[in-house]
Amino acid sequence: MAFLARALRQSNSRLSSRCPAVAASCRWISPTAAAGSPEAGAAVAPADPELPPPREPVGGARVELPPNPEDALEVFVDGHAVRIPKGFTVLQACEVAGVDIPRFCYHSRLSIAGNCRMCLVEVEKSPKPVASCAMPALPGMKIKTNTPVAKKAREGVMEFLLMNHPLDCPICDQGGECDLQDQSMAFGADRGRFTEMKRSVVDKNLGPLVKTVMTRCIQCTRCVRFATEVAGVQDLGMLGRGSGEEIGTYVEKLMTSELSGNVIDICPVGALTSKPFAFKARNWELKGTETIDVTDAVGSNIRVDSRGPEVMRIVPRLNEDINEEWISDKTRFCYDGLKRQRLNDPMIRGPDGRFKAVTWRDALAVVAEVLHQVKPEEITGVAGKLSDAESMMALKDFVNRMGSDKVLCEGNGPNPPADLRSNYLMNTSIAGLEKADVFLLVGTQPRVEAAMVNARIRKTVKATQAKVGYIGPPADFNYDHDHLGTGPQTLVEIAEGRHPFCSVLQSAKNPVIIAGAGLFEREDQDALFSTIETVAKKFNVTRPDWNGLNVLLLHAAQAAALDLGLVANPSESIKSAKFLYLMGADDISLDKLPDDAFVVYQGHHGDKAVYRANVILPSSAFSEKEGTYENTEGCTQWTIPAVPTVGDARDDWKIIRALSEVAGAQLPYDSLSAVRDRISTVAPNLVHLDEREPSTISAEVKPPVKQQVSSTPFKTVVENFYMTDAITRASKIMAQCSATLLKK
Amino acid sequence: MLPPAARLAARRLLGLASASASEAAGRRLASSPIAAAGYSAAASRGSVSSTRPFSTALNYHLDSPENKPDMKWEFSEANMKKVNEILSHYPSNYKQSGIIPLLDLAQQQHGGWVPVAAMDAIAKIVEVAPIRVYEVATFYTMFNRTKVGKYHLLVCGTTPCMIRGSREIEDTLLEHLGVKRNEVTSDGLFSVGEMECMGCCVNAPMIAVADYSKGSEGYTYNYYEDLTPKRVVEIVEMLRRGETPPRGTQHPERKNCGPAGGNTTLLGEPKPPPCRDLDAC
Repeated sequence: MAFLARALRQSNSRLSSRCPAVAASCRWISPTAAAGSPEAGAAVAPADPELPPPREPVGGARVELPPNPEDALEVFVDGHAVRIPKGFTVLQACEVAGVDIPRFCYHSRLSIAGNCRMCLVEVEKSPKPVASCAMPALPGMKIKTNTPVAKKAREGVMEFLLMNHPLDCPICDQGGECDLQDQSMAFGADRGRFTEMKRSVVDKNLGPLVKTVMTRCIQCTRCVRFATEVAGVQDLGMLGRGSGEEIGTYVEKLMTSELSGNVIDICPVGALTSKPFAFKARNWELKGTETIDVTDAVGSNIRVDSRGPEVMRIVPRLNEDINEEWISDKTRFCYDGLKRQRLNDPMIRGPDGRFKAVTWRDALAVVAEVLHQVKPEEITGVAGKLSDAESMMALKDFVNRMGSDKVLCEGNGPNPPADLRSNYLMNTSIAGLEKADVFLLVGTQPRVEAAMVNARIRKTVKATQAKVGYIGPPADFNYDHDHLGTGPQTLVEIAEGRHPFCSVLQSAKNPVIIAGAGLFEREDQDALFSTIETVAKKFNVTRPDWNGLNVLLLHAAQAAALDLGLVANPSESIKSAKFLYLMGADDISLDKLPDDAFVVYQGHHGDKAVYRANVILPSSAFSEKEGTYENTEGCTQWTIPAVPTVGDARDDWKIIRALSEVAGAQLPYDSLSAVRDRISTVAPNLVHLDEREPSTISAEVKPPVKQQVSSTPFKTVVENFYMTDAITRASKIMAQCSATLLKK
Repeated sequence: MLPPAARLAARRLLGLASASASEAAGRRLASSPIAAAGYSAAASRGSVSSTRPFSTALNYHLDSPENKPDMKWEFSEANMKKVNEILSHYPSNYKQSGIIPLLDLAQQQHGGWVPVAAMDAIAKIVEVAPIRVYEVATFYTMFNRTKVGKYHLLVCGTTPCMIRGSREIEDTLLEHLGVKRNEVTSDGLFSVGEMECMGCCVNAPMIAVADYSKGSEGYTYNYYEDLTPKRVVEIVEMLRRGETPPRGTQHPERKNCGPAGGNTTLLGEPKPPPCRDLDAC
């Protein structure tokens, strides 16, 4: 026994000297040598008199102490004093002290459940170990996280958790990134005493996105709380009792939330995993590339996990200002669209109407030749909704050099409000929405147009009981709202102070108006926006300290396009076009296009516009190129190439640069940095990476509007949340989602 | 001292040996009459030794002709008054506190069980998502989510009753009615379930009879105690004939929970409590 104790003490000292270095990079793991066998742990002399050196807060967390010192308190974690604000839990205090407490049910963005008991710590003068996630820290509390009592408690909890957990890690998709796996290695015993049969639970069908293996569930209820609190669909619940307890929907029900994929991330075990990703790859085989999403205008931060040339999955990345740590299902599961319907080679449509693959040289030569046959004013360039700023800059420069000013971006309407940045940006910022107390949504359904913005609004409504008024066609909301009306008449009534909602706006401290980018497409958009401005002025929505007047954009390219000045009128430009250059533009109406017009389609997917194209130039998708995107709040972000591009495709801006040379109007940039230099002369905000540059000029300087609002009700802008662009339309998963999850 | 690895192996071997030894002991025990009765009872109830018994009902809903979510279900007019009375007990912002009494009322109205449609109706009344009602209904074992008989017979299975022969009572009932546990007889009159301690240990064994034959107005929930297999069959037959057997103890010589044949102790007047002699102070 003496030998054993000596050996353990040696290993203890070795471990404690090594740990601080480890703590900086990864989750801190307590010395398992002593935890391995409880009786040996008890034999070791109690806590070493010398304290280990203090640690850095977990994950570099910063704590803002309240200005009033009475609202802060001091606790001791493993002997070190830490100051924390009042109301922190013991677990949060430990995090500030740099001790990462193991946990399953606790999640910082969800309510506290306290049912997994993994976070037990010893508190001096407390008769039993306490669940640190649910215990508020009290002044002078002496918390011990590394004592034999705490270790034994964790080991016992872990044994109970593993009791009914199947030993199927080798066939489990969570394997390698499983909290239970990691924590049982760090805190569990090397054997269990349970010899009965393990229980088994019937798997639930939650739809085409989330795969369930409910036998693996440890009943942490994170998914139940996420569905109820964040996603706002109360479908999941905890059914039954005791050891028969299980997570389910009771009645057969699919999870019809646009955020349902996030339960895959928050599930600490392999009970909820990604159905499309099932058995496809192991997480250690994947290369993660930190990039951004372009399927909507939010620009959610994502990590693209790839294996070789294939995108295997997309997971969210933390960004408190934009998407917190959630992403929408469209963002998460659109990746299989990147592998289907791709354009590999330049192609020319022959006289028989069929496409024939040609070399880049031939394709560009044909395009250049046609380009010289048409009059300059018959040249039109259209940027698509997924275009990056570099390619739009190149397209605009190229079309201008050819003598035309007809270059536009789809979705921006006949007369884009590009004069002032504040006219098309979310001026409150996405995170700023949390300070609002009244929302007026005009012609926008954020749930389908920008799911992450909707999650923010819902968070605010849940936290502060903020009021939401909505003007638009009947729509699905996952929070309380007043449907004020369907058309501009209601807006006029509010502007004239005749509507009951006026009193709500009047009493609001931080009112927010969000206008949908769908209004850009309306004939009376100038009048509408001036009415909205009247409302804003009347109810003090824009003040020096608060700008609550917002436009919620629809597409990733929209903000940058308006910054760069791609503002031609689409219907006039297309009507008169003899040479139409579509840069990934699939959703623009080509009905009015003259029959003899020559259409070049540059894009990555064989989507709608390809049917009309004469020449196809293949380009790379957002996962394959470096591009600048500006999101709806005016934050500039870059995509980073995660996988090599397919076939003979090239970056968008490079294709236009090459074409300009063949056409004899060479663009003056050869590298990405040179394009960005050019962009900085047009819109300097687009080169300031990861910065939200708010608009500085107020809307006061606008000329008066003589237009009258029409009585046509607002239309639904996004009919199908799952299929909005070329990538999502090519995706099989998105097709399944629209078939099963959309309400008919 | 052995090297640690060898000691570990030795301990594993020892563990395996003792496990098999205890199994053998179990088998030896099984040959004794008491244990044999227990084992055979377990076997006759259809429990296979390799599965662990969990809650009696499924934790998820299966559609059947009489239980579908899209069916219409409403409280009767008389019960609607009771619903309002129940809701008046709780603050208007905590209506969900009424879920349990409302489920009970729905169960009485619907012949002893709550269909999904009734749970949905309750969710609408208390203004919560249906899943919150499902959670409550699946948690409590006294809410039946599948059909039961008009007389739902609940046999106490907890230790004191088990020692006094509750398994025999249950086996007799099941055999007499020709059903398995939680099955309904073909005439829809009876079903047998198990319940944990109902607090009648002094008169063990006992069954509780939930009588749903007269709706929520005539609903009764009576205990029949001090049962013998013969007596329990008599009770079932009386119920079948529509009679009401006298509730409480069935022992001919006992009154309530007093001893058979009258009190044997504490016969005189109880002594007054001792008082201090105040004068002595």
